[in-house]
Amino acid sequence: MAQIQVEGLTKTFQIAKRRAGMLGALAGVVRREHRELVALDAITFEIGQGELIGYVGPNGAGKSTTIKILSGILVPDAGHCEVLGFVPWRERRRYVAAIGVVFGQRTQLWWDLPVVESFDLLRSIYHVDDASYRRTLDEMVSLLDLEPLLDTPVRQLSLGQRMRCDLAASLLHEPSLLFLDEPTIGLDAPSKLAVRDFVKRLNRDRGVTVILTTHDMDDIETLCERVMVIGDGRILQDGSLADLRERVSPERRLIVDLEDPEVTLDAPGARVISREGPRWELAFDPRVVSPAQLITQVASRHAVRDLFVENPPIEEVITEIYDHGGLAS
Amino acid sequence: MTAAALSGYRALLSARYRMVLQYRAAAAAGIATQFFWGVIMIMVMEAFFAVGVAPPMSFAATVSYIWLGQALLALQPWNHDRELEAMVQKGHVAYELLRPLDLYTLWFVRAVAWRTAGASLRAIPIVLVAGLLLPVMGGERWALGPPAGAEAALGFAVALLGTIALGGAITTLVHVSLLWTISGEGLARVMPSLVIFFSGMVVPIPFFPDWIQPLFAWLPFRGLADVPFRLYTGHIPPSEALPTLALVAAWALALVALGRWLMARGARRLVVHGG
Ligand SMILES: Nc1ncnc2c1ncn2[C@@H]1O[C@H](COP(=O)(O)OP(=O)(O)O)[C@@H](O)[C@H]1O
Ligand SMILES: [Mg+2]
Repeated sequence: MAQIQVEGLTKTFQIAKRRAGMLGALAGVVRREHRELVALDAITFEIGQGELIGYVGPNGAGKSTTIKILSGILVPDAGHCEVLGFVPWRERRRYVAAIGVVFGQRTQLWWDLPVVESFDLLRSIYHVDDASYRRTLDEMVSLLDLEPLLDTPVRQLSLGQRMRCDLAASLLHEPSLLFLDEPTIGLDAPSKLAVRDFVKRLNRDRGVTVILTTHDMDDIETLCERVMVIGDGRILQDGSLADLRERVSPERRLIVDLEDPEVTLDAPGARVISREGPRWELAFDPRVVSPAQLITQVASRHAVRDLFVENPPIEEVITEIYDHGGLAS
Repeated sequence: MTAAALSGYRALLSARYRMVLQYRAAAAAGIATQFFWGVIMIMVMEAFFAVGVAPPMSFAATVSYIWLGQALLALQPWNHDRELEAMVQKGHVAYELLRPLDLYTLWFVRAVAWRTAGASLRAIPIVLVAGLLLPVMGGERWALGPPAGAEAALGFAVALLGTIALGGAITTLVHVSLLWTISGEGLARVMPSLVIFFSGMVVPIPFFPDWIQPLFAWLPFRGLADVPFRLYTGHIPPSEALPTLALVAAWALALVALGRWLMARGARRLVVHGG
């Protein structure tokens, strides 16, 4: 049976309208006018035990709202949702004891306490027995390289360090299901890699079901078999990464910094998208010309200071899904 | 609740207590103010006693009452936790729902830790100076005396637990009311005056006229200061402690129940911002 079942989940936020001028402000005290914002528009999906799901979409698409409802801290307006056999917001306390949640934008550790004391507190809150606590903690410390951080107060950690500690904290009670909301947001490249590597191992070695939201296509590329794309509160696409690739153009980007800002770049098989001084952004189809070929050609013709290959940003992927009539049926 | 279930709250209580203790500088500033107020209030009382009206309490008991009030001011629910208020306003409170904890109990524990940590920082220096240093320096008349006896000391200790529970319940009630932006601010604004006046912190309750005494006796605020202080000085004899303490306990339970009820209604209003 599916571990997560979501059917017709809908969430509307009431946003107070501001009225213009003094009189408007006075009227607002008596009767506020509201505008409705549909954050989730009847979304439906199922997730099985042990899956690693990438939940992608641009900012404001409804990713966090979905995670908040699934983790029991927000109540939907309509629809049904069952996770691990619980209705999250109804049986909140028993349910949240069985899941792990990390919100990339805020820590769940205690700001004023050293990391290890936060961990100890969580152990008491979740009633983890000593033996399993020691075992899990040792494992986390070695997998995430936490040893040098344990005695540091959380407020002094860098974003990447904090994220590693938050990941460990969310797993001390050994949940079988983990929600990660933008775990790589704002991280430097090495921290992103560390987080991705850890999540992958967690899913593979321990069978933890992971739902990871992101607007970074690279997260998805390296991690997920299955991708759900959300835009404007609707699931636009739900399938394998290969499906997604087929649906949108396979174009990739090559960013080249030339030594000479005056020179005009010549790169056969690629299309110039933009140019800013010495920086050129090219689009190419890897089925026509491989990244290696393209790089060799560019490097043989020009003095290159730096270059790197990128996926198109998620916003463009979404636009393409819309443009190709790709709304999920 | 089982003992195991309580262990999480106990750990949170001690962690938060230690966090508040880190802010020692703020306490140091408070202590000076409290000495100042203690001295002023004693001077006013000295003038009153000089008039020669039959006083309701001995001068020594009055002085002790005043010093205890200054030492334990931080236990009084006369203000609210700005950090928690900011969490409510920014919509961060909902994230606390991610823990397998009861939100009311969590806030109650937080309030108790905040009050007791603040009080322990201030009480020790004030008791040392007013109780030990003043007599040595020849100021016995203005010094905090010892408890009236072993039974009085015991009564005081029990009443202090009542003060902590009552103070925690009132503080949490104010915090819960902050979930309603406008009315919450109202309660947070009137509570300080109610607490400071009706607890006996401004003028010891026995000095008020007889006709108003029943009001003081039945309101909950007396349990915050007047009850423990008069048990300490023996002005309420140990034999009368039980009914007084029972009323304090009843009030504490009633205010916890009210806070829980409000919290259950307010939880629906929780909005989650960000992410
Ligand atoms: N508490 C709230 N009040 C009003 N609007 C909200 C609230 N939370 C989210 N929204 C709105 O709902 C939409 C979806 O938000 P969110 O789920 O946070 O998007 P994402 O995480 O995909 O960036 C956005 O338009 C956002 O502004
Ligand atoms: Mg988000």
